[in-house]
Amino acid sequence: MVGATLLAFTAITVALSYVNFGAPKANIAVAMLVATFKAGLVAAIFMHLAAEKRLIYRILIFTGFFVLGLFWLIFLAWYDYPVAH
Amino acid sequence: MEIPYTVSTRPDTGLWNAKVGIWLFLASEVMLFGGLFSAYIFLRLDAPPGMWPHGLLNVPVGTMNTAILILSSVTVVLAWAALKMRKYRAYWWYMLATILCGVIFLTVKLVYEWPQKFDHFGAYIKPDALAKYEQYLGNEHAAAKGLPPRLEITGHLHNRTALNDPNIKDYEVALDPVNADPTNPAMDRPHFFYVPPTHKLATIAKDDVERATMFLPTHSAYFASYFTITGLHGMHVLGGVLVFIYMWLPVSKKLYQRNPEHLANRVEVCGLFWHFVDLVWIFVFPLFYLL
Repeated sequence: MVGATLLAFTAITVALSYVNFGAPKANIAVAMLVATFKAGLVAAIFMHLAAEKRLIYRILIFTGFFVLGLFWLIFLAWYDYPVAH
Repeated sequence: MEIPYTVSTRPDTGLWNAKVGIWLFLASEVMLFGGLFSAYIFLRLDAPPGMWPHGLLNVPVGTMNTAILILSSVTVVLAWAALKMRKYRAYWWYMLATILCGVIFLTVKLVYEWPQKFDHFGAYIKPDALAKYEQYLGNEHAAAKGLPPRLEITGHLHNRTALNDPNIKDYEVALDPVNADPTNPAMDRPHFFYVPPTHKLATIAKDDVERATMFLPTHSAYFASYFTITGLHGMHVLGGVLVFIYMWLPVSKKLYQRNPEHLANRVEVCGLFWHFVDLVWIFVFPLFYLL
């Protein structure tokens, strides 16, 4: 049943990508929201995260923090220009 | 010596060992794919207008692959449930279904999608030569409609030797529909179904070309990130399939007869890895295929 929901939301994702929400950024935001919802379903129900012990949650909080750190590290190079030799 | 805490829970963690282990491993995998995704994000945000392609990937095939992977996630959960209920036959069939779904996913990717890219040619035209190829690029039409400029001519390359031979001065290209008829409004949006290159031929002088390659990782940042992320994901799928095959072979039946809960835990742990792989694909699919 969860699988059917996931498949339905895949179809919704594809359909929504053809709707013009105005800015391209809005399209990306909508697609990412749907993807996050699907990923949440997979994580909570298929991976039993909803019924997991606190130790697992602690590991994942650290992971979330470090992934954001990774993104920030790459963002630090945002304003670097390639140097022409 | 028996491996401790494969079934019974460790007093300090409250979980059996493999569960803690696999979640730690998945946490490190999140870092791995997170790094690649952030590279994708910043490469895409930094790309000048017209330099990040859209609609080059086959959406119906990608959707089908997504459905196959989701289906395999469902079957692996059913396999684990069957094992917990001590129904070995049902487990065996569900595990076979999972393996087959994984193999189909890999086959579609490696036999159809990737080779189709390797066979496709793209030539970026030099900025000062863009006007000369306006009949193929339709940039006036794009500018009038507020669309990003088209900087590349793509299609099927007839003289492959031109890529390596400096004596051949032109590329003979059977144009893609968007280059054969660039001012057609139907070409403003990527097609849903794949349309093969037309029979309209164009001769592109090598002097007017900034860079020209087949659709390989060296072609552009777009393809570099596409092949890297889907390649690494594909390797994870392959690894998962190999482990599932081991859990499906008669050797697992021996473990089932000795300690069925141990096998159930092993399947649960591999299932967690498989769900993670599915999760990554759920993000890869819209980012590359739809946006």
